Amino acid sequence: MEKTENYLNDEVTVSSWLLTTDHKRIALLYLMSVTFFFLVGAFAALLMRLELLVPNGGLVQAETYNKLFTMHGVTMVFFFLIPSIPAVLGNFLIPMMVGAKDMAFPRLNLASWYVFMAGGLFGLASMILGGVDTGWTFYAPYSSVYSNTHVITMAVGIIIAGFSSIMTGLNFIVTIHRLRAPGLTWMRLPLFVWSLYATSIIFILGTPVLAMALVLIALERVFGFGVFDPALGGDPLLFQHLFWFYSHPAVYIMILPSMGVVSEIVPCFARKRIFGYAFVAASSLAIALIGFLVWGHHMFVSGQSLYAGMAFSLLSYMVAIPSAVKVFNWTATLHKGRIYLRTPMLYALGFIGLFTIGGLTGLVLAAMGLDAHVHDTYFIIAHFHYIMVGGALMGYLGGMHFWWPKITGKLYPEFWGRISAGLVFLGFNLTFFPQFLLGYLGMPRRYYHYPPEFQTLNVLSTAGASILGVGYLVPLLYLLWSLKWGADAGPNPWRATGLEWTTSSPPPKENYRVTPEVDEEPYAYDAETEAAL
Amino acid sequence: MDEHRVRTLYRVAAALLALLALTVGLSYLDLGSAGFAIALAVAAVKAMLVGWFFMELEEGVPAVWFMAGAALVWLGLLVSGTLADLFTRL
Amino acid sequence: MSAEAADSPFTDPVQQREAARIGMWAFLGTEVMFFGALFLTYFYDRHLYPDGWVAASKHTDLLLGSLNTGLLLVSSLTMALAVEAAKARRPDAAAKRLLATMGMGAVFLVFKGLEYAEHIRDGLWPGESFHFEPASLSRPGELFYYLYFTMTGLHALHMLAGVVWLSALVIASRRGAARGFDTHVEVAGLYWHFIDVVWIFLFPMFYLVRGH
Repeated sequence: MEKTENYLNDEVTVSSWLLTTDHKRIALLYLMSVTFFFLVGAFAALLMRLELLVPNGGLVQAETYNKLFTMHGVTMVFFFLIPSIPAVLGNFLIPMMVGAKDMAFPRLNLASWYVFMAGGLFGLASMILGGVDTGWTFYAPYSSVYSNTHVITMAVGIIIAGFSSIMTGLNFIVTIHRLRAPGLTWMRLPLFVWSLYATSIIFILGTPVLAMALVLIALERVFGFGVFDPALGGDPLLFQHLFWFYSHPAVYIMILPSMGVVSEIVPCFARKRIFGYAFVAASSLAIALIGFLVWGHHMFVSGQSLYAGMAFSLLSYMVAIPSAVKVFNWTATLHKGRIYLRTPMLYALGFIGLFTIGGLTGLVLAAMGLDAHVHDTYFIIAHFHYIMVGGALMGYLGGMHFWWPKITGKLYPEFWGRISAGLVFLGFNLTFFPQFLLGYLGMPRRYYHYPPEFQTLNVLSTAGASILGVGYLVPLLYLLWSLKWGADAGPNPWRATGLEWTTSSPPPKENYRVTPEVDEEPYAYDAETEAAL
Repeated sequence: MDEHRVRTLYRVAAALLALLALTVGLSYLDLGSAGFAIALAVAAVKAMLVGWFFMELEEGVPAVWFMAGAALVWLGLLVSGTLADLFTRL
Repeated sequence: MSAEAADSPFTDPVQQREAARIGMWAFLGTEVMFFGALFLTYFYDRHLYPDGWVAASKHTDLLLGSLNTGLLLVSSLTMALAVEAAKARRPDAAAKRLLATMGMGAVFLVFKGLEYAEHIRDGLWPGESFHFEPASLSRPGELFYYLYFTMTGLHALHMLAGVVWLSALVIASRRGAARGFDTHVEVAGLYWHFIDVVWIFLFPMFYLVRGH
C-alpha cells in the first residue's frame, strides 16, 4: 500500500510532536494524557469497589478510603471528563468541521496542553505525597481549616487545569466565529460544533469562579484569615455557592459535547436528516444558560434559604426541557430510518437510554422533599454516574469509534467493537442500578463500612464494575491493535456527510488541499447514501 | 488620525474626571445609606463610558457585543442567585 | 497571535484583527467572572456586616485613592489615543502615548504601595496582629481589609502585567508599523481599559462606603 502524506507521517521527530501547533497532533497529545488520567481514576474506583465487597472490609483504612474517593472524583472530573471530548475530539474536529486549516490561535492551543499537563502534575503530586481527603467538592471549612492533607497542591493543580480549559474554550469560540469556510453559515454548522460552542461559553464564564473559590480556600489555609470559616466571621455557604456555580454547569461541560457526538452519529446510522436541526442547536445554548440557574439544588439541606431553594428547584425542572428536546429529536430521527447497528451507533443508543435515566432521576433530586430523603446517599452517586459515565463517557467512546478511522486511517474490528459496547452497557447498569436502590434504602455515600443488609446490592455493584472494567480494556486493546493491523479506512467508511469526511484519512497536515465551500445544510442523507452503506 | 474620534476621546475623559470629582464630593455629604448606592451608580456610568467609547462597543460588532453581554449576564446570575439566598434567609 | 507565523490559519488581515478582538473580549469575559467571584464575596459580607464596612472604610486613604482613580482614567485616554495613532500607521506617536500610559500605571502602583505601607503600619493587615477601632467591629473590619488587600492586590497584579505588555509594544514599535502592530496595540488597549473599569468599581467599594 502506497503511503500518502498526512499529519502523522509528515514529520516523525519527538520535537515535531512536542512543539507542534497542528490541532490534530495536539488532539492526540490530549488523547494520551486523558487516557492516562482515566486509568488513574479507574484504579481508585477499583480499590473502592473491592473495599465495599464486604460490610466491614479491611482492604483500606477509613482515611485511605477518603483519599481514594477524592482521588477518583478529582481525577475523573477535572483531568478526564472535562477535557475528554472537547480537548480530544473537539480539537481534532472543530477546525475540520468548519473547513479551516487550524484553530484561530494554534500556539495558544499547544500552550493549553502544556498548562493542562502542569495542572495534572500538581494533581498527581498531591496524590503521591499522601493524597487529599476532602472529596472533590472541597467543602469549607473542612478543606480550609481542618484537613491536614495536601489540599493546596491539589487546588493549584485544578486551577491550572482550569486555565487550560479556558484557553481551549476561547480558541473554539474564535475559530467558530471567524474561520468558517465560505458558505458555511451558522445554520449549516454540524451540531457537534454548536454543542462545543455552548460548552466553550461554560468554560470561559464558569471556570474562573471555581478558580477564585479555590484561591480563597488556599488563602484561608495559608494565612488563617478568610471568608469561609465561621470562626473568622465568614460563611461556609458562600463557598458552596461559588463552588456549585461552576461545578453544576461542569456537568453540562461533560454532557453537551457528548450530545454533540450523538447528534452526529444518529443521523449517519439512521441514514436520515436530523429531526428539528434548529431546536437541537438552540437547546445546546439553552442548556448552557439554564445550567447556570440551578446550582442551589446541591444545597437544599445546607441551610440555604427556603425561598431560594424553591426557586432553584423550579429552575432545575426547567433544564429538563432542552434536554428532553434533544432526546425527542434523536428519537424522531430514528423513526422510519434505515438503522445500522454499528459500534458508534450502539454507544449512541446506549447514551440516549442511560442519559434519560440519569435525567429523570435528576428530577427526583430537584424536588426538595425527596432530596432531603436521598441527599448524600448512593442515590446521588447513581444519578450522576448515569449522567457522567452512562452519558458523557458513552458519548466519548461512541465518538472515538466514529472518528477513529478519520483520526488514524484504520478500521477497528467491528465484532469486538460491538462486544465492547455491549459489555460497557451491561457492566455500567449492573454497577450503578443497585446504587439507586442502596441510596433509596438509606446507604450514605463516602463511608468505607456499611450495615450487612446492604451487602447483596454492593456485591452486584462490584461485579458490574468488573464487567465495566473489562468493557473499557477491550477497546483499548483493539484500537491499539488496529493501528498496526487494521484495514485501511479510506476517506469515508461510514458514507457520512460533513466536511471532515471529504478529505483523506488520516487528513493531510493542512486538512484540505483546497479550501472547501459549503452549499447545503448538514446531514444531507438521502436514498443514494442509504444504498451505499 | 480621525480628528472627530480624538475630540470624542478627550470629551469622554473630561466627563470621567468630572464624575470622579462628583462622587468624591458627594461622599462628604451625609446622604445616609443612599450615599453608597449613588457612588456605585456613578461608577456604573463611568464604566459604561469607558466601555462604549474607549473600548469601541459603539462600533456594534455583533460577536463583541455577544461576549460583553454574556459576561454581564453571567455575572448577574452569580450575584443574584447567591444574594437571593442570603437576603431571604430566616 | 503573531501575524508573521507561517502556520497562521488566517487568509486576510481583517479576519485576523476581528479574531484577535473577539478573543480578547472572550478573555475579558473570563476576567469579569474571575473578579466577579470576589465582588460577590464583598457584597455578601457587606450585607452581613454593614456597620463594620462603614467603620472600616473610614480607615482608607481617600486622597491617594482619588488621585489614583484620576491617574487611571487619564491613562485610559492616552491608551485610546495610542490605539488611534497605531491605526493611523504612526508607530512613533503610538509609542509616546504608550509610554505615557505606562508611566501613569507605574505611578499608580507606587501610590498603591505607599497606601499598603500606611495600612500595614496602622495594623490593618489581617491576622494575629490586626488592630482596629472600634474593637467591637474588629472581626468585620478584618474581613473588609482581607478583601481590600485581595481585590486591590489582584488588580495591581493585572496592572503590572499591563505595564509589561505595553513596554513590549513600545519596543515593537521601533520596528515600524509592522503587520499586526495596530491589532496588537488595540487588543492591549482593551485589556488596559478593562483594568480601568475594575478599578472604577473598586474605588467606591473601598473608599466611599457611607451610611448608618
